[in-house]
Parts: sequence; C-alpha cells; structure tokens
Amino acid sequence: MPEGTLCNKTPVDTVEQLQALLADKSGKQYYEEMTQLDVDAPALWATIQKTFKSRMRTWLEICSHCGMCADSCFFYLANDRDPTQVPSYKIQATLGEIVHRKGRVDNAFMRDVMDTAWSKCTCCNRCGLYCPFGIDTGVMFSYLRGLCFSQGFVPWEMKIGSGMHRIYRAQMDVTSEDWVETCSWMCEEAEEEWPGLEFPVDKPDADIIYTVNAREVKHYPEDLADAAVLFHIAGENWTVPSKGWEETSLAMFAGDWAGCKQQVEEVYAAMDRLKPKRMVVTECGHAYRATVIEGPYWAGLKSGKTPIESFHYVEWVAEALRTGKLKIDPAKKIKEPVTYQDSCNYIRNGGLRECAREIMSYIAEDFREMKPCGEHNFCCGGGGGLNGIGRYRPQRNVGLKVKRDQILATGAKLVVTPCHNCWDAIRDLEEHFKIGIRWSFLKPLLLKMVIVPEHLRPEE
Amino acid sequence: MYAFLTGPMAWIAFTIFFVGLIWRGIWYVRGLDWRLDRVTYGQNVKYGIRGAVRSIARWLIPYGTHSWRYYSGYTALVFIFHIGLLVVPIFLLAHNLLLAERWGVRLPALSDAMADTLTVAAIVAAVLILLRRIALPEVRIITRFYDILLLLIAVTPLWTGFLAYHQVGPYQFWLIAHILAGEILLMAIPLTKLSHFLLFFLSRAQLGMDFGIKRGGMKSKGMEW
Ligand code: SF4
Ligand code: SF4
Ligand code: SF4
Repeated sequence: MPEGTLCNKTPVDTVEQLQALLADKSGKQYYEEMTQLDVDAPALWATIQKTFKSRMRTWLEICSHCGMCADSCFFYLANDRDPTQVPSYKIQATLGEIVHRKGRVDNAFMRDVMDTAWSKCTCCNRCGLYCPFGIDTGVMFSYLRGLCFSQGFVPWEMKIGSGMHRIYRAQMDVTSEDWVETCSWMCEEAEEEWPGLEFPVDKPDADIIYTVNAREVKHYPEDLADAAVLFHIAGENWTVPSKGWEETSLAMFAGDWAGCKQQVEEVYAAMDRLKPKRMVVTECGHAYRATVIEGPYWAGLKSGKTPIESFHYVEWVAEALRTGKLKIDPAKKIKEPVTYQDSCNYIRNGGLRECAREIMSYIAEDFREMKPCGEHNFCCGGGGGLNGIGRYRPQRNVGLKVKRDQILATGAKLVVTPCHNCWDAIRDLEEHFKIGIRWSFLKPLLLKMVIVPEHLRPEE
Repeated sequence: MYAFLTGPMAWIAFTIFFVGLIWRGIWYVRGLDWRLDRVTYGQNVKYGIRGAVRSIARWLIPYGTHSWRYYSGYTALVFIFHIGLLVVPIFLLAHNLLLAERWGVRLPALSDAMADTLTVAAIVAAVLILLRRIALPEVRIITRFYDILLLLIAVTPLWTGFLAYHQVGPYQFWLIAHILAGEILLMAIPLTKLSHFLLFFLSRAQLGMDFGIKRGGMKSKGMEW
C-alpha cells in the first residue's frame, strides 16, 4: 500500500480529510500506514535540485566536522552528551544522506529522518551562533521538514495542524464567526468591570491592528480580554480583523510551505483592507516568526517586510511603559526573584532582547537573568512544534532538563514567558519535574500592577 | 624534478588556486536566492552590509565570539594553526627572496626566529587538533577519513619546509617534498572543502545578512555573536 488513506503525500484541504485524521486516536492507523508509504525518489530529487542552492550546499560541504556546535544544542546536553545529538551529525545523517544519494532513500530511512527532524531539533537556531562558518543547522532542519512533508513523512499532529491552516486559516478549528463572537463575548464580560471598554472588530484606519494565537480564542479567552483592557488603559486606537486574525503557523512547523503562504496572505490582506498604522501580535514567539519574519518571503514580498510595520507584544509593552501610556504602581512591582524566558523566535531570531530587559526593569525589583540569556538562551525545550507531538513526548521531556537547570540556577520561582510555546513547555516542565515554579504571560502581571487613570476607573 | 615543480607545476597550481577560487565565489553568489534563502540581499542593503561585516569581523578576532570563548582551548589551537598557515608562507624570508628573484616584488619578511616559532606552533596545534578529533566522542562521530587527509594536506608544507630549511636530513628531498606539498595544498584549496579559505567569508557574510536584515538586525544593535 503506497499511499494510505490517512498517511499520504496529499495535504489536508477538506473538512472530511481533517475529521478522518482526528478520528484516528493519537495517529495509530496513520503511523501504521506510514510504514508502507512509498518514497517518490524522482520527485524528492527534483525538489532538491530546485531548492537546494549554494547557501545550504555550502553549509553541508564545508562543515569541517569540528564539533563546535555540539554544546550549543540543548538536546545534546540534555541527553548526556550523546554524540548522535551533535547538530552536524544529525543533519549530515539525514539531509546530507538524502542529497548524497540523490533522493534515492527508502521508507525506513525517511521515517528515521522524520523522527530526527521533529524530535531532535526544535529549529531554535542556537547552533548557528556557535559554528565558525555560520552553518545554521536549524535552518537546514526546517528545510528538511519541508522535504519530509512533501513526501508525507510528517508527524500526525503536524499534518492536522497544517490542514487546520489550510481549511480555517487558523491552527485550530476556529472560524471567523467563532472569533468575532468570542471577541464580543469577552468584551461584554470585561465591560462590567471596565465601563466604556471596546473590542472593535474591522475598524478601518486604527493605530493598531491586533492579531492573536487561535488557542487564546479557543482555550484562553481571558487573554483576549486582558489585551483589550490593557489597550483601553493605554488609550490606544486599536482593532482586530474579522479575517486574518491568526498569526501562528503550525504549517511552518510542519514544513508545509504552501500552507504557510496561504496563512500569512490572509493576515496581510487584513492589513491592506483595514489600513491600520501598525500591527501588534500577542505574546507568541512562533507567530511573530511566521508572520513577521519569514512570512513576507513566503508571500513573495520583495521588501522582506510585512505590508505595515509589525510588532511583537513585548515591543508594544516596552514602548507603552517608556512613553508612560502604561504606568506601573511602584508598590506593586514584583518583589520576589523573577526570571525571563527568552524565546528563540523573537529574541534570537527577532532581535528583541532589549525590549524584554526594558520591561523587566519597570515591573520587577529582583530580575535575574538565566545563564546564558538573550540571543544565546537555550530553547525552552518545546519549540518547533515539539510540544504538540505525542509520539515524541519522552524526547521532549528529556530536553526540558536544560531549561529546568537554567531556571533553578537563577533561584527565581517565577518565570515570565511571553511566548505560548515556552509557556506550555515550562508548565509541562513543572508538571514533570515539580521544581516549584510559577510561570506567566505579561498581560496578567501587568494588569495587577498598572495604574488605572482616574477617568477609566469603574464607578464604585 | 626541481625545475618542473618550480616551473610548469607551479603555474598549474597557482592557476587552479586562483581560477578555482574565483569560480567558487561566482558559483556561491550566483546560487543565492532571496526567496529560497529568505533574505532580501538586494534590499535593506545597509543592514545587510552591517550584518555581514559584523559577522565576519567578530569571528576573525580571537575570542571575539561566545563560541570562541566557550571553547577556549580549541580556539587557541585554531588560531595558532591558521596564523601559521597563512602568515608563514607569505612573509617567510626564503619565499620572499624567491619572489624578488622571479618577479621583483618584495614583502616585509619575518625574522627566522619568528618564522620558526609560528611554524612549530602551527605543527603542534595541528597534532593537538588531530588528537582532539580522535579523543572527543562528539568530534569523532562526525570525523571522516577525508577530514584527517585534509588536515594532513594543510600541515605538510609546514613541517617539510621546516625540515628543509634547517637541513635536517636530505635537503634536496625535503625541499622537493615541501614544494610539492605546497602545490598540492594550493590546488586542494578550491577543489576540496578547504575552499573555506574563501567560503568562510561568503558563508559568514550570508548568515550575517540573514540576521542583519531579517532576523532582528533592523530592531537591534546587531547580533551578539
Ligand atoms: S560547528 Fe559548524 S563546522 Fe563545526 S561541526 Fe558544527 S556545523 Fe560543522
Ligand atoms: S536548531 Fe537548536 S535544536 Fe536544532 S540542532 Fe540546532 S541547537 Fe539543536
Ligand atoms: S517555544 Fe519558545 S524557546 Fe522554544 S523554540 Fe519556540 S520560541 Fe524558542
């Protein structure tokens, strides 16, 4: 059986396909079918010839096998320095082999490649900072995921995630109606406490268009209310789009480049339609990476930039604190030791280290850096989609050790985690290792300490 | 033999070296693709240049990056080895005399003591690099025979030259071995992954532009390598 009914080379584009996949509990049948899936070697090789150009070819060729990337990878450290976890080894044994064999690899090999690409690399790009030749193995792994996806060798949850984006333009089955409804429901709820609070949908020419992560809509709607209240307190003229509100991209984690393009184009269309001055995205790392950093390239925008200037939530918060739009009550600053999880996606790969430091200087009295930190911080352990893949839960949990030790070394019991994936990973880390820490997004912390201007205070 | 190696063979070696490197450079740059690489090479040029320069400069400075500092011992070996390989052949008095005789060009020359020190240090570094390769499991697992062969190709001109210059053993033999080894190295540079002689700069510039233009360079002071 070359192509399975669930596991095959066709991306999920219909609700029926999606439902069939979801009905297959934890992908049991899916992974069984995968053991029979044929590799289309000519197609694989054709794709490589078209897309594998001098940058990556050079990376594979000139790697001097010096091993300086070894200690940079948290998987290598967390697995007791297992040599098979050295970035150079991982990529040479997978992508390197595929290229070397001109795509003529078999099913078992491709399943191994899939396991490596998703369970031994989170595409955190830290190794790229440690290689003297600037070989960014994370970039190559992301490319490799694309090859796997095109051949149907992709973890079950990733196939579903990519399908969600293709069908709903969101990482979960949240429709535009669900979204708008949730907004107005959250607005009603919060209005009781915040008279005059608005949750403007599709308002043209606003200063800020706010975009989110579908999880917030589906599982954490309070986060939407918190965002609205903070914009309200800061006096921002903001809106959300009814369509193009989702910034995340499981399609990116899946290596589904066509799906990625569809997803970001929906967001860019909202920018074009509503003509806001700038875009702010919620506290999510990979959402920012997908829509702001990589997205313009998927969409073929020659400037390499989003149609309007785009900001991560930490940039907005830092600016609001700096300009006094948000004022912190000094008595309510965080007194206990607190640390900050630098997300690979908007810190290492987004240049926002200083924003995070600036925010902490306003809200915390005893801020403690992890070591290493900033651009050099280790991945939380759950990035690149790994948090969501059941098949690799054990590997993920081992990987969390590095973050656990980093946090313990700071002595802080509170971890600020303005990234959905990091937030999940650190929650799971606590569940798994029970080290007695708490973790939080910025919004709830800010709401506890911000000074509410006189005219916005609820009448007693 | 001597006449052949210093005549036609030298021409061949230098031609392969230069033409090969030029070809490598053109091939690399032509294979860059803003859409596939997801870096706008032709736009935001100012940020691109800043990123590229930063990415190269930091890595050329001993202990200039986190990585160089982290692997402090190995970093010392790498720099000593490369300084020996690059500085000695260009500024050696004996080479300079040859150059003056043939082309009438003179470069400043190293003192004998300095040249000896650099050479011996580089040879020792090469031996230690080899031992590290074998001793450390994380390096051993990625080591191929090819890697050891290239190290040998790179270091052979040094020790043969040293033996010839100090007339240890048969001078003629070592001299010829030295010239041959030098020519093999020159040809190996563009033809093997020793092409990092050039590609180090291009690849570093590329990643520097990636970070400088796309991955945060426009929102920060630049990557802290
Ligand atoms: S640090 Fe770079 S050159 Fe060295 S082994 Fe790793 S990828 Fe290869
Ligand atoms: S990108 Fe991150 S996880 Fe992947 S190999 Fe490099 S350091 Fe390891
Ligand atoms: S989840 Fe956070 S730390 Fe982990 S890879 Fe993503 S951004 Fe990085």
